[in-house]
Amino acid sequence: MYDRQVRRRRAVLLALVGCCLILLTAYFGESSGGPLKSIQTGAMEVVAPVQEGANRALKPFRDLFGWFGDTLDAKDERDKLEAERDKLRADVAQLQSAAAENDELRDMVDYARGSGLDAFQPVTAQVYSRSNSSWYSTIEINKGSSDGIEVNQPVINGKGLVGKIKRVSDGNAVVMLLSDADFGVSARAAVSGQPGSILPVAGSPGDLLFELVPEAKKVRSGDSIVTAGTISDELPSPFPEGILIGKVTRIDGEGELDRTIHVAPYADLRDLDFVRVLTEPTADLRASATP
Amino acid sequence: MTWNAASVGRLAAIGLVGGILQLTTVSQVAIFGVPADLSPLLAAAVGLLCGSIAGASFGFGLGLFMDTLLAQTLGLTSLVLLGAGYAAGRLRELRDPAHALVPVAVGAAATAAAAIGFAVLQFLLGVDAPVSFLLIRQILMTIVLNTLLALPVYLACRRVLAPFLPDDPRRRRRRAYTTGGLSPLSRA
Repeated sequence: MYDRQVRRRRAVLLALVGCCLILLTAYFGESSGGPLKSIQTGAMEVVAPVQEGANRALKPFRDLFGWFGDTLDAKDERDKLEAERDKLRADVAQLQSAAAENDELRDMVDYARGSGLDAFQPVTAQVYSRSNSSWYSTIEINKGSSDGIEVNQPVINGKGLVGKIKRVSDGNAVVMLLSDADFGVSARAAVSGQPGSILPVAGSPGDLLFELVPEAKKVRSGDSIVTAGTISDELPSPFPEGILIGKVTRIDGEGELDRTIHVAPYADLRDLDFVRVLTEPTADLRASATP
Repeated sequence: MTWNAASVGRLAAIGLVGGILQLTTVSQVAIFGVPADLSPLLAAAVGLLCGSIAGASFGFGLGLFMDTLLAQTLGLTSLVLLGAGYAAGRLRELRDPAHALVPVAVGAAATAAAAIGFAVLQFLLGVDAPVSFLLIRQILMTIVLNTLLALPVYLACRRVLAPFLPDDPRRRRRRAYTTGGLSPLSRA
């Protein structure tokens, strides 16, 4: 009797571990439209209304906990914002004159650009769930392919780049955040124009790395980093040019080769309620190609 | 544990409600910068209450559910959680610990094992991004938060599964005395 129980227990354990290993192997081996990924998408579609309902119903509890945290952080935040405000006042004066100069130059070269974000056909979506792992940074949104959303389209919020679409079904989509271990985007420093790549640091959602920068010494602490957009027609970027990504917070290392540039994303990736998906991310390229 | 459709249904309900609660609320509330993670606590609680087979099966199912909804690599969370559920179940079968704080210790250990196991699997599968030392801090903070949540989660699971669990000897003894019996033997 005891032997039978032991055999049964071991058989169940082996069967479950075997299932896991088979799933892992099959998942890695299949293409993006494979059966397991299709099943995942279908299941997401089925459970999405329940998740969305639960998200709305439980929002007051989240807000309550958030209120405690916000109150504790508010004092530090105020001090930082006051310092930033003083700096920004000085910057505004400089920028106003730069903006006037910029308008004049744009007129001179007759450089037609799209009218802000509207050219990229943004679709506003509500966030209803998020991953809980340090390795996968994803959120789910309540808009999908029926709203024109496709895989790899950029996702932004009021502060800057949030991520890109990882998986999409009819009525919802999974967004891979900037902090996901698999994320990467070509970028440039807004002031010096130095190109590079923004990569995440696994386990540290508030920290990104600006790497592969040819002349890293030209990048300064406090510089803004923006998306580089498409540099080569052969390799079009899914991200339009000039979307704010983050601010350089610190630069480690002295030499050119060991210099590590840390960037804090402008968008608060832990506090996302609404995001916008740019469903026409190449609109700027088409506009500039039009004679 | 009594195995029938009702008990399996309740286990499935715990997994479904726990999983959705985790994704929609718990993961969005960061305390000291990290959210708690109910999934290892649920797997450990079910293992501790129902035994190793139930713990492992529940952990596998819950992991599959989470991986499916989050479009993560299928089988990864399942493997980690089935280990946590199985280990908690074996602890109950081999030692049958009676101390009231056992669920707290088991919850903390399950969270630590799940977090470390997940990290090891990620390294084995070849993570592309550089890994920050802050990850260790995050893992430690999650263990602390989960330790605080372990007892309420265990009690909630025990309440839901109570009709299918063998009667706890301590509770039976208490009930016998309060109902006027001299000892459990005198009721026979």
